[in-house]
Amino acid sequence: MLEGPQLCGIELAHPVLNGSGTYDAIAARRVFGDEILDDFPFAAFVSKTITPQPRTGNEPRRIWETPAGMLNSIGLPNKGLEGFLAEDLPQLAELPVPLIVSAMATTHEDFGRIVSALDAREEVAALELNVSCPNVHSGLIVGEDPRETLALLQALRPLTAKPLIVKLTPNVADPAAVAVAAEEGGADAVSLINTLKGSAIEPRSGEPALAAGHGGLSGPAVRPVALAQLRSVRAAIGLPIVGMGGIACGADAEEFLRAGATVVAVGTESFSDPKAGSRVARELGYGSERVAAAPVH
Amino acid sequence: MTPVTPTTPRAPFGRRRCTVGANRASGGYRVFSLLDREGPEPAAGRFYMLAAAAGWGDRSGRPQLPRAISVAETGPAADGIRLDFLVDDVGPGTGRLCELEPGEEVWLTGPLGNDFGEPAEVAGPGAAGAILVGGGVGVAPLALLRRRFAERGVPHRVLLGFRDEEHSGGLDLFCSAAGALCPEVRLASEDGHAGHRGYVTDLLGAMLAGDDAGSAVVYACGPPAMLEAVRALCADAVVPCRLALESPMACGYGACFGCAVPKPGGGYLRLCVDGPVLSGEQLTAVPEAELARA
Repeated sequence: MLEGPQLCGIELAHPVLNGSGTYDAIAARRVFGDEILDDFPFAAFVSKTITPQPRTGNEPRRIWETPAGMLNSIGLPNKGLEGFLAEDLPQLAELPVPLIVSAMATTHEDFGRIVSALDAREEVAALELNVSCPNVHSGLIVGEDPRETLALLQALRPLTAKPLIVKLTPNVADPAAVAVAAEEGGADAVSLINTLKGSAIEPRSGEPALAAGHGGLSGPAVRPVALAQLRSVRAAIGLPIVGMGGIACGADAEEFLRAGATVVAVGTESFSDPKAGSRVARELGYGSERVAAAPVH
Repeated sequence: MTPVTPTTPRAPFGRRRCTVGANRASGGYRVFSLLDREGPEPAAGRFYMLAAAAGWGDRSGRPQLPRAISVAETGPAADGIRLDFLVDDVGPGTGRLCELEPGEEVWLTGPLGNDFGEPAEVAGPGAAGAILVGGGVGVAPLALLRRRFAERGVPHRVLLGFRDEEHSGGLDLFCSAAGALCPEVRLASEDGHAGHRGYVTDLLGAMLAGDDAGSAVVYACGPPAMLEAVRALCADAVVPCRLALESPMACGYGACFGCAVPKPGGGYLRLCVDGPVLSGEQLTAVPEAELARA
């Protein structure tokens, strides 16, 4: 059996995580029972994004199937920081793998409040910063602008010694420039790609299929875009990279590892296969069976 | 009526391959059977996520996601249980499921969601029993519910409605062993090809106006407009109702957050884990979900 990798000093049993927002471990445990603890699909669990205040999420319709993928506009429903700490964190701490908490806020102050609160919780192994949101002061999407990204990291870095992973948006001309800014600001790793902005028209009404008008595209359709962005980011920074975007099997994950990812994440494929994470790991050679070619280290 | 409680037994963790046993026409719809060697026998109202193991999105990239389909009937099989699904071909996913050949394999996750439950009201002394209301391909979960009620001696009546002959089917799931439509079943059709010409909710309205309606419980599954009419009729008559809804759904186990249904006080339910069976009080109105072509 292959030895698992490290991510920012966190020992992992295998190189497959979940993409934030694509797996609700608490709901899955309600549905499938404690069997999920014995056979947890991911080597570390990334929470849904939490925000300072509770959010109910977007008006339906929220999802739309597309060729080899899907659009989603979920709107980050979550219980807010206080609700997360009181209700969700104790349950997520029962998972048998390290916990990475994804967070988002629209001001440095609010972001800092979340980071400090999570820093104080030993159940949290690392933080992922969802920067696909506007800074309310500048109006710019933080993750679309290297200066905004650098300023955010400079504000947050002093608040915690826990690893900070910056989730990069693919909806920019030069994701490597944003990755460089994240590295300069003291990030410990980056993850990419988030979903690609996309839209679809409902043919009978002629109106946008999603209530929000547009959403994020995921699934196998985005994999070549993800790989191209991964390669350019890999060439620009030395940080560990969590690579994702349409990974559905071990051979797909292999592409990301060869293109420079330290570990990978599975998202949309988990919707079809609740155990996709452990299947991909097994197909990479981790676990009992060896199916795919040897991963690159 | 309180929210319908989560159901046990739980689904086995993960998806599993099941073999197609049969696939036959049922009116304008299809009924196909899967052999499930691992899962528990499902209660009426629960659903499965289904995707053909081969030929799923190979040519056009769709279907990509599995499809949520309610179980219509179940029973013991040689090496497990048989699961019957009633499906209408309305898009690439249901179209592929309709053409499944015996011996083919299907990825299946489930049983998922809650079930219709059985409140004490339908079987207690003096109870009028249950009124089952189905529309279109939504008659599916009511077939299993009707049989369960019949086996346990729960008084029940069944109202089934269809748009026209092409958009009707599944009646064989409501037949006796001898092949005759069960006597407690009444039909409605918008084109008048069978039973009452008009909506199935016309029949329900008349029934709820009767003397015994106050001690009945309504169970319904069908298109959103029908479910909304059922909900409103029951609210006016102060009759509890349990409505099995449908929603766009990528995963079926709480992961995707796509199947949001508005709650009366604000916020949303996730239909896959909080439903698919909701009590009338859990809704201000049945959302007009855009479901076709899935």
